[in-house]
Amino acid sequence: MATQINKQLGDNIFLTTLDAAASWARANSLWPMPFATACCGIELMSTAASRHDLSRFGSEVMRFTPRQCDLMIVAGRVVMKMIPVLQRIWMQMPEPKWCISMGACACSGGVFDTYAVVQGIDRFIPVDVYVPGCPPRPEQLIRAIMDLQDKIKKTGTYNAREFQLRILPDGPKRFDEDELMRIRERNGLKLDDHKYDPIH
Amino acid sequence: MTESAESDWKQVLEKALPSANLRWSEFRNQHRVDVPASAIVAVLTALRDAGMDQLCDLTAVDLLEYPGATDRFEVVYLLLNTTSGQRLTVRTHLNEPDLKIPSAVPIWFGADWLEREVYDMYGIVFEGHPNFKRLLLPEAFESFPMRKDYPVKGRGERHNFPIITRAES
Repeated sequence: MATQINKQLGDNIFLTTLDAAASWARANSLWPMPFATACCGIELMSTAASRHDLSRFGSEVMRFTPRQCDLMIVAGRVVMKMIPVLQRIWMQMPEPKWCISMGACACSGGVFDTYAVVQGIDRFIPVDVYVPGCPPRPEQLIRAIMDLQDKIKKTGTYNAREFQLRILPDGPKRFDEDELMRIRERNGLKLDDHKYDPIH
Repeated sequence: MTESAESDWKQVLEKALPSANLRWSEFRNQHRVDVPASAIVAVLTALRDAGMDQLCDLTAVDLLEYPGATDRFEVVYLLLNTTSGQRLTVRTHLNEPDLKIPSAVPIWFGADWLEREVYDMYGIVFEGHPNFKRLLLPEAFESFPMRKDYPVKGRGERHNFPIITRAES
């Protein structure tokens, strides 16, 4: 039966799964939400401008409302006062949605290891692709978007059920050991000394 | 700045507050006067009435671990006479637990945000301020980060947010 149909229709019909078709469409029409707070935002603008021309990859339609977007690009450092805003914007984006953490500051806090700057947005929202650099070149962001397209095409499902598996926080543990070590060095305290609790 | 700058303002303050315990000092022709916290409003009012019409800056210094310092906090008023170009630095010292000082907003309205920032960063309370609350940091912030005994990396304030996982967003 299948060969009969193949003979009659030839190359005019492709057979695929619904998941693959939906993911193919989504991957090639990403609508980025630019969450640009610092110099990475300038590189993000450059990526979208004519020289690097992000529209070649189908993701040039930057919208400044989260309700029309499915890709959040966090470009720049995020301070603690901004985190509730960032989380609110992320929650306002409709499914399916993805997040690129662009630059050293968004990924890890960068050089801003201070009380006010969040040490990586992945501690509080899920992140799909990280872009290193300070700031990253537009080519690196294009590469990240191509990687994300690859990820969507390979793991995407038409009803976004793959996200239901990600029930654990994406970022490092709330209390990573490196930070404990730094606190311990600074205060000359032992790891099991509960008198000094840096979280509360 | 004219040579007689210090003596001008010295005369003004001696005339207005003969009994105030003022200490004058000079560094590279910049004149400073140290004022007791109780006399700050009288001193600032007298200087404003004598021609110091602009409050260039109002800030504070934490003198913890500062060599030779006897007080913990120093509140600094940088004043300018916009007609003559004369400048004067007025300083007052505060110690815990009594970190209260009268507000300068009734004297110079521009002190509004400056005082709120000093409170935000050092925890110095300006009494009589019309809208006294934190300026830069969130309302729920409990520490005063510019104090020298506050760790640079904070006390975990940057971690105190809910974590959103992919499944629930």
